[in-house]
Amino acid sequence: MLALNGDEAVAYAVKQSNVDVIAAFPITPQTIIVEKLSEYVANGELKAYYACAESEHSAISMIVGASAAGARTFTATSANGLALMHEILYIVSSLRLPVVMAIVNRALSGPINIHTDHGDSMAERDACWIQIYCEDAQEAYDTVIQAFRIGENHKVLLPVMVMLDGFLISHTTQNVDVLEDEKVSNFVKHRIPAEIEVFGKKVPLTLNPENEVPLTFGPLDLWDYYFEHKRQQEDAMEKSREVIRKVHDEYAKISGRSYGNGFIETYNMDSAEYAFICLSSTAGTVKSLIDKLISKGDDKLGLVRIRTFRPFPYEELPKALEGVKGVAVLDRSGAFGAMGGPVYNEVRSALYDSDVHPFINGYIYGLGGRDMTMEMLKSIYDDLVETVKSGKPKRKIEFVGVRE
Amino acid sequence: MSEDLAKPGWKQIPIAGVPFKKATEYHTGDWRTFKPVIDQSKCTKCLTCWIFCPDDSIVWDGNTVQVDYRYCKGCGICAEMCPVKAITMVKEE
Amino acid sequence: MSWINLRELAKKRSLFTSGHRLCAGCAAGIIGRLVMHSVPDPKHVVVVHATGCWEVAGTIFPYTAWAVPWIHNAFENAAATASGVELAFKALKDKGVVKKVPDIIVFGGDGGTVDIGLQSLSGAIERGHNFLYVLYDNNAYMNTGIQRSGATPRYAWTTTSQVGKVIPGKLEARKPIANIIAAHGNAYVATASPAYWRDLMEKARKGIEYKGPAFIHAISPCCRGWRFPPNMTIRVAKLAVETCAFPLWEYDPETREYKLSPPSLAIAKNPKLKKPIEEYLKLQGRFAHLFKPEKREDLIARIQEDVDKEWNQLLELCGIT
Repeated sequence: MLALNGDEAVAYAVKQSNVDVIAAFPITPQTIIVEKLSEYVANGELKAYYACAESEHSAISMIVGASAAGARTFTATSANGLALMHEILYIVSSLRLPVVMAIVNRALSGPINIHTDHGDSMAERDACWIQIYCEDAQEAYDTVIQAFRIGENHKVLLPVMVMLDGFLISHTTQNVDVLEDEKVSNFVKHRIPAEIEVFGKKVPLTLNPENEVPLTFGPLDLWDYYFEHKRQQEDAMEKSREVIRKVHDEYAKISGRSYGNGFIETYNMDSAEYAFICLSSTAGTVKSLIDKLISKGDDKLGLVRIRTFRPFPYEELPKALEGVKGVAVLDRSGAFGAMGGPVYNEVRSALYDSDVHPFINGYIYGLGGRDMTMEMLKSIYDDLVETVKSGKPKRKIEFVGVRE
Repeated sequence: MSEDLAKPGWKQIPIAGVPFKKATEYHTGDWRTFKPVIDQSKCTKCLTCWIFCPDDSIVWDGNTVQVDYRYCKGCGICAEMCPVKAITMVKEE
Repeated sequence: MSWINLRELAKKRSLFTSGHRLCAGCAAGIIGRLVMHSVPDPKHVVVVHATGCWEVAGTIFPYTAWAVPWIHNAFENAAATASGVELAFKALKDKGVVKKVPDIIVFGGDGGTVDIGLQSLSGAIERGHNFLYVLYDNNAYMNTGIQRSGATPRYAWTTTSQVGKVIPGKLEARKPIANIIAAHGNAYVATASPAYWRDLMEKARKGIEYKGPAFIHAISPCCRGWRFPPNMTIRVAKLAVETCAFPLWEYDPETREYKLSPPSLAIAKNPKLKKPIEEYLKLQGRFAHLFKPEKREDLIARIQEDVDKEWNQLLELCGIT
C-alpha cells in the first residue's frame, strides 16, 4: 500500500509494465506523470527509452514510429495537448498500434483552464481508441496495467486511453494498493506483435527489417479501399468488448479488485427506482449521496458508473437499468447545439430500441473544474423524482452549478 | 464504380492498411509517348543513363545496357544526358 | 570513395522500385534511387516519409514501391516519427528482438520540412537522434498543385504566388533551411544536386554513417511545377549549382566547419566559372514572366543580388575570401 496521487499511481503502473519507449510533453495536470517517469528512468528503475518531445503532436508521432517498430509504448497528456494530437490519434488506430495513453482530463481552452472536465477526451471519442474512465487513483493504476493487455491482444490491436480527473484525482493522495513487480510483469509480459500475411509470407506487423518481407505502413487510400480499412477498425472495436471483460476478470483474480464487469459498475441498483449515470470521480460523490440517503431511509437511488466509454456498453446498460423509472445522466462536457452532452446522447441511443424506457434527464455540470457537491447532486435527485412524478419527459437540459 | 465492387472485401485484405501488391506489378510503361532506343554500337556502357533514370528502367546485366520498357515513362533524361548520344527518343506507334 | 562502383551498383534493382507513379522526369525518383543505393546495409534500413509527391507516388494502395520497411505517418512529423523508430529499435536491440539498430532514412519535401515540418525536425535534431534526413526540395507544395512554400525562390510563379499585373510571383526570398539546420550545431549537413550524383551519394553515405542527426538538402527540379520539358531535369539541376543558385557545401558537426564541395569550390577558386543567374532562370517557365512580354532586368538583377549575397556569405563561412 502506497500513498500516491493519481498521476503517481499511473507512473508507478507504467514503471512495472515493461514499457520500451516513452515520449511525452508536459501539460498541467499530467506533469507529475512525466516527472515521475523521468525519475524512474534516471534511477534505472525503469528501463525504457524516455524522450522529451518538443510538442504533443511530436510526442504522439514518436510513439507511432516506436510502436510501429514493435515497441511497447506509453504517453500521457491533457486538454490542449490531446487536441494537438488529434490528427495523429486517427492514424494511430488506423495503423492498429496498441499504444497506451493516460489522459488527465482537463478542460479545453478557451479561455485557458487547467481544471477538470471531460471535454478533451470526449472530443476524441470517434478516433477509434478504447476509452476507459477511472474513478480514482487505485483504478487508474489497475487500468493502465490492463490497458497494455487489452490493446496488444491480437484480436484487438487498438490504442487505449485511460482517463483520470485532473487535480481531483491526479493531485489527490490516496491509499493505492500496488501489486508486486513480478506479478505485474507476469500479467503484462512483453509486447508480442501480431502477425500479418503479405506477399505469401507471415511476418510480425512491424517495421523490423529482419522480417522476411518488408512492410509498408501508411499508404494512400483512394475511394476504393478506405471504407474497407475503416470497417476493419470497427470490427476490432467490437472484438475488444470480450477482451476488455476477460482482461478485467483476469486482473481481478490477481489483484482482488474489480470494477463491475469492466464496462459498467453499479452501486445500489438492486432496489433502485432512480439511477444516476456518470463517469469518473463524480461517481464517488454520488456513492456518498446514496449512502447518506440510505442512512435516512431512502434506498431508491442507485448509480451506474460507465467505466468503458469506447466501445460503448449499449447492451449492458438496458439490463442494468431494468425496473428504473428515472435516470439522470451527468455529463462533464458540453455539446454546444446538441440536445445534451455525449453521455446523455449515447445512453438514450442505447435505450431507445431496448425494452427499458425510463425517463432520462440530462445534466451538464463541472465544466472547467466547477465543483459538484452533494447538495447539487441532491437537487438533481429531487429534480429527477419530480420528472417521474409528473409523468412527462423533462425536455430540458439543466446546467447544474452555473451562475445565471 | 462496377470495377470497385469486384475488389477484395474488408475480411480479405490485410489489416492496418498494409499494401499487398508490389508496384512492379504496375507497368508505368503505358504512360509513354516516346521511348528511348539505345544504339548499342555507340554505347560506351558508361551507365550515365542508369544513374539518371527516375524509374530504375535502365538495366545493366553486366554486359549491355537495356531499357526496361515495362516501366520506362519516356521522360527522355537518358537521351539528353548520354555523353555519346547513343540514345534516341522514338515516338510510340 | 571506393565504395561507388557503378558496374556493381547497377546490377542491383532499386530499393525504391519501378512501378511508382512519380511524374516522368521527376528528380525525386533520381534522388531516391541514388540515396537508396548509398545505403551500406540494405537489409538493415528503415525509411520514414513525410506526406508529399514522393510519399504518395510510391504507395497507392494496394501497391507499394518500397522493398524496405517504410512508414508514412503525417505531413509535419516525419522527423518525430523517425525519432520514435530509433528509440524503439534501440530498446528492441537491448532485448535481443533485433540484431542491430537499422539505419533510418527520412524523406521529406520542402513542404513537410521547411514549413509545416520544421518544428518536428528541429526537435529531433536537438535530441540528437541518429538518422539521415533527406530534403528533396522542389521549391513548392507540388503534390497539392504547385503552391508556394518557404523554399520557393524569389519571383517564382506558383499557384499561390501568382504572376499578375501587380505582383510578379513570390516576393520573399527562400528560407535558408540548410543553414538553419547547420546552426543547430550537432548535425552533419550538406547540400546536394542529383546532377552531381557522386557527390550526392558520398554525402548520403556519410550522413547515414554519421552517428547522430544528418541532413541533406537536395535540389529536386520539378518539370511540372517549374515548367520545363521532362528531359531537362538534370540540366536544370546542374545549372542551379553552376550559377550558385544552389551551391554545394557541407557542415561538419565535429569541427564545426563549413566546406565547399568540389563543384562549388571550383567556382570559388575561379569566379569566371560562375554562370549568370539568367541562364538558370530562362530554362524555367515559372520565371517566364521575367523575360516576356518584356525582359525585367530589375527583377533578374534582384535575384542575381540574392544569389551573390548568399554565395559571398557562404564563402565567408567556408573561410574563403
